[in-house]
Amino acid sequence: MMNNTSSETSGVNGSVGDGKGPKRNSKRPKYSKFTQQELPACKPILTPQWVISVFVIISAVFIPIGIASLLASRDVVEIVDRYDNDCLTNKTGSTQNEKIKYIQNSSRNKTCVRSIKILKDMNQPIYIYYELDNFYQNHRRYVKSRNDGQLRDADKEHDTEECKPENNDINGQPIVPCGLIAWSLFNDTYHFTRKNKPLKINKKGISWKSDREHKFGKNVFPKNFQKGPLIGGAKLNESIPLSEQEDLIVWMRTAALPTFRKLYGKIEVDLKENETITVVLENNYNTYSFDGKKKLVLSTTSWLGGRNDFLGIAYLTVGGICFFLATSFLIVYLIKPRKLGDPAYLSWNRTTGAQM
Amino acid sequence: MPNRERKRDKLRWSKIYTFSCIRPTAQLDTDDAPFSLQGPGFSRVVFCNQPGFHRKKPFKYTTNIISTTKYNVLTFFPKALFEQFRRVANIYFLFTAIFSLTPLSSLDPFSMVAPLAFVIGLSMLKEGLEDWNRFIQDLKVNKRKVNIHKEDGVFGKIAWQKISVGDIVRVEKDQFFPADLLLISSSYDDGICYVETMNLDGETNLKIKRSLETTLLFEDGESFKDFKATIRCEDPNPDLYNFVGNFEYAHEVIPLNTNQILLRDSKLRNTSYIYGVAIFTGHDSKVMQNSTASPSKRSKIEKKMDHVIIILFIILSLISLISSIGFAARIKYSMIKWWYMRLPDSRGYYDPSNVAYSSLLHLVTVLILYGYLIPISLYVSIEAVKVLQAMFINKDMHMYDEETNKPAHARTSNLNEELGQIETILSDKTGTLTCNQMDFLKCSIAGVSYGMRTSEVEAAAAKLMATEISSFTENSPKSHQVARAESCLGNNDTVQQAGIKGFSFKDDRIMEGNWVQECNADTILLFFHILALCHTAIPEPNEETGSFNYEAESPDEGAFLIAAREFGFEFCKRTQSSVFIQEKYSASRQPIQREFKVLNLLEFSSKRKRMSVIVRDEEGLIFLLCKGADSIIFERLSKNGRLYEEDTAKHINEYGEAGLRTLALTYRKLDEEEYYVWNAEFVKAKTTIGSDRENMLERAADLMERELILIGATAVEDKLQKGVPQCIDKLAQAGLKIWVLTGDKIETAINIGFACSLLRQGMKQICISTTNVDLVSRDGNRIAKENILMQMDNASQMIKLEKDPHAAFALIIDGKTLAYALEDDVKKQFLNLAVDCASVICCRVSPKQKALVTRLVKEGTGKTTLAVGDGANDVGMIQEADIGVGISGVEGMQAVMASDFSIAQFRFLERLLVVHGHWCYKRIAQMICYFFYKNIAFGLTLFYFEAYTSFSGQSVYNAWYMVLFNVILTSLPVISLGTFEQDVSSEVCLQFPALYQQGSKNLFFSWYKIFGWMGNGLYSSLVVFFLCVNMFDSQQFCVGGQTADIAVIGTTMFTCIIWAVNIQIALITSHYTWIQHAFVWGSIATWYLFLLGYGMVSPIISQDAYLILMEALGPAPIFWIATGLITVACNLPYLAHVSYQRALNPMDHHVIQEIKYCNKDVEDKLMWTNEMNKAIQKTMIGFSARVDAKIRQLRSKLHRKHSSSMVS
Repeated sequence: MMNNTSSETSGVNGSVGDGKGPKRNSKRPKYSKFTQQELPACKPILTPQWVISVFVIISAVFIPIGIASLLASRDVVEIVDRYDNDCLTNKTGSTQNEKIKYIQNSSRNKTCVRSIKILKDMNQPIYIYYELDNFYQNHRRYVKSRNDGQLRDADKEHDTEECKPENNDINGQPIVPCGLIAWSLFNDTYHFTRKNKPLKINKKGISWKSDREHKFGKNVFPKNFQKGPLIGGAKLNESIPLSEQEDLIVWMRTAALPTFRKLYGKIEVDLKENETITVVLENNYNTYSFDGKKKLVLSTTSWLGGRNDFLGIAYLTVGGICFFLATSFLIVYLIKPRKLGDPAYLSWNRTTGAQM
Repeated sequence: MPNRERKRDKLRWSKIYTFSCIRPTAQLDTDDAPFSLQGPGFSRVVFCNQPGFHRKKPFKYTTNIISTTKYNVLTFFPKALFEQFRRVANIYFLFTAIFSLTPLSSLDPFSMVAPLAFVIGLSMLKEGLEDWNRFIQDLKVNKRKVNIHKEDGVFGKIAWQKISVGDIVRVEKDQFFPADLLLISSSYDDGICYVETMNLDGETNLKIKRSLETTLLFEDGESFKDFKATIRCEDPNPDLYNFVGNFEYAHEVIPLNTNQILLRDSKLRNTSYIYGVAIFTGHDSKVMQNSTASPSKRSKIEKKMDHVIIILFIILSLISLISSIGFAARIKYSMIKWWYMRLPDSRGYYDPSNVAYSSLLHLVTVLILYGYLIPISLYVSIEAVKVLQAMFINKDMHMYDEETNKPAHARTSNLNEELGQIETILSDKTGTLTCNQMDFLKCSIAGVSYGMRTSEVEAAAAKLMATEISSFTENSPKSHQVARAESCLGNNDTVQQAGIKGFSFKDDRIMEGNWVQECNADTILLFFHILALCHTAIPEPNEETGSFNYEAESPDEGAFLIAAREFGFEFCKRTQSSVFIQEKYSASRQPIQREFKVLNLLEFSSKRKRMSVIVRDEEGLIFLLCKGADSIIFERLSKNGRLYEEDTAKHINEYGEAGLRTLALTYRKLDEEEYYVWNAEFVKAKTTIGSDRENMLERAADLMERELILIGATAVEDKLQKGVPQCIDKLAQAGLKIWVLTGDKIETAINIGFACSLLRQGMKQICISTTNVDLVSRDGNRIAKENILMQMDNASQMIKLEKDPHAAFALIIDGKTLAYALEDDVKKQFLNLAVDCASVICCRVSPKQKALVTRLVKEGTGKTTLAVGDGANDVGMIQEADIGVGISGVEGMQAVMASDFSIAQFRFLERLLVVHGHWCYKRIAQMICYFFYKNIAFGLTLFYFEAYTSFSGQSVYNAWYMVLFNVILTSLPVISLGTFEQDVSSEVCLQFPALYQQGSKNLFFSWYKIFGWMGNGLYSSLVVFFLCVNMFDSQQFCVGGQTADIAVIGTTMFTCIIWAVNIQIALITSHYTWIQHAFVWGSIATWYLFLLGYGMVSPIISQDAYLILMEALGPAPIFWIATGLITVACNLPYLAHVSYQRALNPMDHHVIQEIKYCNKDVEDKLMWTNEMNKAIQKTMIGFSARVDAKIRQLRSKLHRKHSSSMVS
């Protein structure tokens, strides 16, 4: 499309009037290609050839990418297990109030055992996610309720103004980490066993490296956390610095959409098809109040990420449209060719009809 | 000193003049009773020579200080600020800026306040500078010096601003009158003076003013020692042509009329000095009363943009309302269950028990958040672009005038794009179209045409024809046919030597005394005598050249006298009764001085259309010498005076065809007895008392001006300014209509109409006038109006019934008629008639009428008008029109000061409109459309995201991205589009003026286009948001297993938007200089660089964008391929649309671009020139139409010659 037509410089000769020598008070504008709007320029135009080739090229590039994406997506093995309801029904009533009562009662045992059948070979690393639904981590009130300085520097622990109402404890001492996000930290836990042998879950390295190293301080320790009358979610070990509290770090990266997954850990052994693994989970987190779902997700990964056909389909669609456009223009071009720069198409020739 | 001058001017003009405004005063006093001045409107009392009285009330009138500024030091700030906030958008921005200071806003306050301050500050600065210039200009005028009577007959100089009512003022020759004065006396014995009213009405011929008989005594400074008188007169009003008042002096009450009033801003000419009393000073003066406040103008595009902004406001309010309602519903029904939110909020932002309040606060938040739909940067960018465009106009070398050393100047930059949409041009004549310089070019004496030089029209016809022929006969461009064509036209030499001003005649047969050898030497001698004698001019010795300059009433007369001088008949002296002429028949012979006694002078009036002198030569023979319009003269010829009638008439026709103004010259020999009989009657008429006098005089003159003998005709070229006909031609081809509004006489105006090709032979002239209506009668007004209505009806009928599609009509109307035609109940009809005519010429119009006509055209047709003029009389029109253009080449800056653009010459209008106007229009239109597109594409993604955050007001983008979006990442490409884009080169613009129609038809800023672009923006926003969201969804997006958070999705979306909008602008741009390349690709690169750099700084600043590109997005392939996909998907519809349009339905500039692209214009020259010719609109007026006619005529001539040569 970008065809460099040779630059067109025409018009005034720069030396006009120079012969006389500049007059003392001459207001004659000085010549420059810039001010005379005569800078060399390329003037590409959309010829039918260009249009058709552009569309063909796009579709030729996009369709393979789409196929590759689809294949990559299909390669990923993903197991999703919703457990929020199943872990309750046999223990409590089915009304929402009963559910909430149950989940809020800290003295009751919330252990729940699930077994998951592996449908396809899964190669390590296998990522463990928890998925929450209808949880607005992206709500403005929620997103703002944190203080990055406090998380990073021990000196700034008093900067808790933005964290209201979860800023100070009843004695007026600052809460570290403050704010609603930290306070509502997810606190379900999972333990996996395969053939009665525990599967090791690696919980290191599940957060972004930059977060661990630069956003969460190595010498910042949780203080007064979850000590208030209302307890939101998980408690933190006060002897471990924030930079090593990876569950918190992952949680603090607020999700963009109300349905989101967060990385819980990695299983670093391969799982074989038709194997069954047992999950012992602590169903602590209250999603019953807001009708949220909780899911446990096991997923392998491809070069493109997780299992999602959308990208591939989108690529194929756009590629297909381009191919369609290319053929349409080709047909138009063949059926009704218009000579480039055919003066018959100038408006003054068209109105006068076929006099030419 | 005054006494000596007085002696030199021993001329009593009143004895020579016959008609005109001059009446014997002795009769006047008894004739007209003084006006009974009572009631409102006639309360002004002026105590002459007693300015002291006017220092206190109730006679304290306005001072002579004039001020045309809009503001003063105190009012500037509030007033200018108020002006700024008249823009709806600015109020909105102010509102958002204020609220952004509260925690309600989710955006950075600085990013809101700074641009607003910048925009408003810039506009106010501009406003202030413009006003300062006006102030300086006023100051210059106010500080001019003039002599006034101080005390005891002593005169001293004071500044104009110090003059107060009642002061006696002495004004010297060629000075302007500082206030409206009552003429007391002048250097002439009979108290006459000449006044040039160019600045008031644009008329160039001098007007005669005459003092009262009573005040003639006060002829020197000394005499004013004890002078005291009282004037009672009308209150200040804008009527330039009427004045009512009484002069009370020495127990006498004498009525005053406009003959005694000298108006401010007119100039004293041909008179050494005058004394006058200031009656109206400063803003009371008639000229100031005529001036209207300079309005602030806005271009059509900008006004339409306001409408679009309002639509965007509605969209903004709508989505804000949706957000707010959604928010309220969420708070009430769902959010209460979200324990992790810990509601209610202590500040009441999220209070389920007070939903109304919370959602109201939320409404404010989202109104600010969605503010990206209405970008303040749009205004900043438009301002910046317009300044740059104005700079290009100022720097254009093609619009620089070498002679006056003046480049074009865009005085206001906010109307650039309006230049591309003009449909009607209203032009002043004198000084704009013409230089007001007459050149004696040809003459016809005794049936023989003399004068070899060609007029501009002829020259152009010859040239065009030559090129046309050469294009048909490719092989031998200079074929004999061409040569013959040239020979047909006579001398093709168009180079005018810088000879004598006013004289371009060249013909050896009668120059240098050679006329003596011609066979009709006697007639020729007479012809020259008429030139030298029949006039009212005064010679002024010119020390430098040793010859004379002539102070003539009209430039025509000046040209005749110069011609006479060059032929060897130099008019050298005028006394009360005689005219002296130095005659030299040939170069060698010594000059002889001859005296001619002037017995009577029947001067020119537009009604009579002729003037005569009756002279007695040295031999005692009495002659009547008469010159006049051919139509009048030919019917007054005697039987034996028609010898040359046929030839002369033919010549006059030819001259007229060539755009020259012609006069027929005649004489009549009188017997002594015959003369005395007539003279007795004439004198009787002259001394008659009463209203009948005028008629009697005319009848007497009519009696004498009969039985004339025709000797020839003159042809004078009213020197058009350089390139005027060609320019008018091009403008007409561009589809523009041109109206000429002139203060000149109807004949002059028609002549000029011919000269600049607005009129041509064969065009049907519709003259609407009131001359045949008796206005004196009681209900003259009503009759006149009915008469005019009837005339207009007839004309409209005529146009309707006209079958010939090529027939062209010209409407000619004079000021008096116009006054009726502009009345509310008639103007609609007048306008309809005028619109049907190809050209419209309004003569004798006052400045106010010029403005009124302009307003009528502007408001009546709703089309864009441009007014062009050079004098103070054009100021009203310039201010009233959508665009005012001032001609800066000549002296006098009022028009320029009032204008929006100033150019040195009329011909630069072509480039200003056809090139700059076309470009600026397209640039601004495309720029604004693109702006809407890009901000909708960006702004709506924020809204969609809202829906996913339960309408909480959270933005998906980092605050810095949002600030940078409009400021850096997308601003420069669009500014470069608005500044450098050229659809076609300037040469093509000039070659195809038809392209200008794209602007006047408003093809690029139609609602269709605007909504198209808005739809495109909507589409892009949907694509960006939903593709992004679905691609990232909830699964991991990279090999490390992490899932996407707000930062990842936001940054990816933002990257996609940056790509999409920049690629979009790359697709719009058709003219890539290195600047565009740098800006478009640079913007995209800048985004990545920014992301990289911003990600490196401390996470306290970069927040969630910390290392986002390096760590999260960079290594994830999905980020890159998503960008590619979305960019393509966003631009697909536009690409398909333009490809489709280009393939099947290309616009003119597309085709021309293609022709240029394929170099077809070089390969196929014939086609190219053909197209150029065809592009020309079928114009009814203009040079081309004229030349066409000429060519047709020549062709038939050629054909005849050709066939005859074939036979032989």
